[in-house]
Amino acid sequence: MDAKDILGLPKTPLPITQEKKPRPQKDSQRKPDGISREVYALTGGLAPLMPSIDASQLKRRPPSDEKITWQWLPFTSSARKDDLQLYHWVRVVNGVPPTGDYSFAKYNKSVDVIKYTDEEYEKYLTDPVWTKEETDQLFDLCERFDLRFIVIADRFPTFRTVEELKDRYYSVSRAILIARAPSPGEVAGHPLVKEPYNVSQETERKRALSMVLSQTKQQERKDAEVLAEAKRIAESRMAAQGAEEPDLPVTSDIGPESVERAIGHGDTISPSSVQVPSAAVAPSTSIMADNASTLASLRMLRVYLRTYALEQMVQAASSSAGLRTIKRVEQTLQDLEVNLKPKVPTKAVCAEHLELRKEILTLLNLQKQLQYKEAEGSSFRDGSYGDMPGTPKRSHRVVDQDRTFVPDAISFGGERAGKREQKRKGPGRVSETPSSPAHKRPRKMKASDL
Amino acid sequence: MGKPEDTERKKLKDVEISVPIVYGNAAFWLGKKASEYQSHKWTVYVRGATNEDLSVVVKRVVFQLHSSFNNPTRVVESAPFELSESGWGEFEIAITLYFHNDVCEKPLNLYHHLKLYPEDESGPMSIKKPVVVEFYNEIVFTEPSESFLARVQNYPAVTFPRLPAGFTLPSSAPIEDESKRKRGDTKDHPLNQWFLNFSEADELLQLAAARQQVQAHIAKLRRQISVIDGQNQQFKSSSDQ
Repeated sequence: MDAKDILGLPKTPLPITQEKKPRPQKDSQRKPDGISREVYALTGGLAPLMPSIDASQLKRRPPSDEKITWQWLPFTSSARKDDLQLYHWVRVVNGVPPTGDYSFAKYNKSVDVIKYTDEEYEKYLTDPVWTKEETDQLFDLCERFDLRFIVIADRFPTFRTVEELKDRYYSVSRAILIARAPSPGEVAGHPLVKEPYNVSQETERKRALSMVLSQTKQQERKDAEVLAEAKRIAESRMAAQGAEEPDLPVTSDIGPESVERAIGHGDTISPSSVQVPSAAVAPSTSIMADNASTLASLRMLRVYLRTYALEQMVQAASSSAGLRTIKRVEQTLQDLEVNLKPKVPTKAVCAEHLELRKEILTLLNLQKQLQYKEAEGSSFRDGSYGDMPGTPKRSHRVVDQDRTFVPDAISFGGERAGKREQKRKGPGRVSETPSSPAHKRPRKMKASDL
Repeated sequence: MGKPEDTERKKLKDVEISVPIVYGNAAFWLGKKASEYQSHKWTVYVRGATNEDLSVVVKRVVFQLHSSFNNPTRVVESAPFELSESGWGEFEIAITLYFHNDVCEKPLNLYHHLKLYPEDESGPMSIKKPVVVEFYNEIVFTEPSESFLARVQNYPAVTFPRLPAGFTLPSSAPIEDESKRKRGDTKDHPLNQWFLNFSEADELLQLAAARQQVQAHIAKLRRQISVIDGQNQQFKSSSDQ
């Protein structure tokens, strides 16, 4: 043991059990010379396999036998139609200037816009909606503006949508191509022929796109919700199908439960029945889908522990809650003197536990709702919206003080509640100043309070 | 529509069989016989929650001990599924349950942290009274096969489910010889007096009380919210004028 190490005595090899499970060997081959361990770990703990830059390349000097000078010389570009001669600096090697075209001439690409003759127009290209003059104008603009249809649409003399212009251009080009081809087979591979422009599809696609772009935030959220729910239902169906089950039992599982939710009210509660319609504020069908898919995946396991199943169901039920909310749920459970993990997890106990957790979530949501509504109310009264700090204190006042359960927005008191003193100045009227001593700040109970 | 066997198999989809178990350890301090490296004698075990024989379902149990033990993988082929050893350290034991072929082909893992020393560290350690830590859990088998259902229908170790209406099982094989069975259960186990009792009634009561409280609170909040809503409505309509 350690003492023996210190003394330098040899350890006796006995089958001893060491404290704690064997830890994975820490990376003891640290190679940081000059960098801290953490920085080293960022790179993955090892030196990079290949040098990123070959250091020898960096300070290369040009071979010394070459003599470099720079000269101001004229040049022409094949991209230009005229013979304009301009000047620029040129790197001359040993007195020999570089040859070849202007290096940027290769970027002068242009589109081959088809030119049709009048006869061809009469034969192949007539159209009820387009006059020859319009078509000629279109093609002229196409050539000028390199098929930038948006620009062309802006400059077109009569009003035409971009899709119409595209349609006309592509169908004309296609027709000419086919007409001029010696045989149909030769142009069959041409993209214009293979995939003609589809106006209606394009119009529809753009309309849908603009609709998506102009959605309000609320619509976006709703859409996301519906999609997520659909996905979950599809997944649970897939899982159910994988187990050779028809779709009906899965959806019918959700059916009666959601009906129960719709009917159930908070007033008609019988605590003894397990199937209490839980008082959900917002009928959260997405949570139902979560439950269903969790159940399906549990079924797929064939064998599992009850505690594992409970964990999964709890996770599914709190999937929409943040970490803070989950912590508050656990705090509430503690205050209610309920075990966070049931000591005797039978089927019935687990079901009750799950329902309790869901109800606590509902409770927390309602409290938040109440807070917001009161803030709203106070803003109406004061006519200002900057009164937020006052709100938590008001909810103190408006809500009754329970012996066992203080619905404090900040903390849930169990036994503490009975001892805390709260001065109440009437049923929540606002006329008093918001700084009565007992309401300054919810503070921890001190001995002086008793 | 499908053959009758198909519909019967479909009906089994929503059926589950559960086996309530308790697993944990009991550890005795060796007192003056304790040496530095062997201060406790402990037994880790998996038993039926009502001390019934688990071998109707469990074929074997493998206890994986700390690597400093000789042959840390200990296999127990018959009930009672337990393992005794001596040592001084607390560590996590991986318990793997293997089931009979008609029950389930996949094994199930449990993890138990061996406890030797009492919670109250300052209290005296007794040779006679062991430190016992037990956990209750239930093994749930989904979609049990017919042969499984038929075989276990008369065994108290198993919580037999309610079968769908009209479903009939072939009669099970006769229960094995009484004397053979007796050995597998833990009703007369030497450690029996230390086994903990797990009653769901208390927990259910607690949960029901908690739910009632929460539900009452929810109702109250709802009332308050509707009051505030009414007030806010007034404000809105008055500001619109």
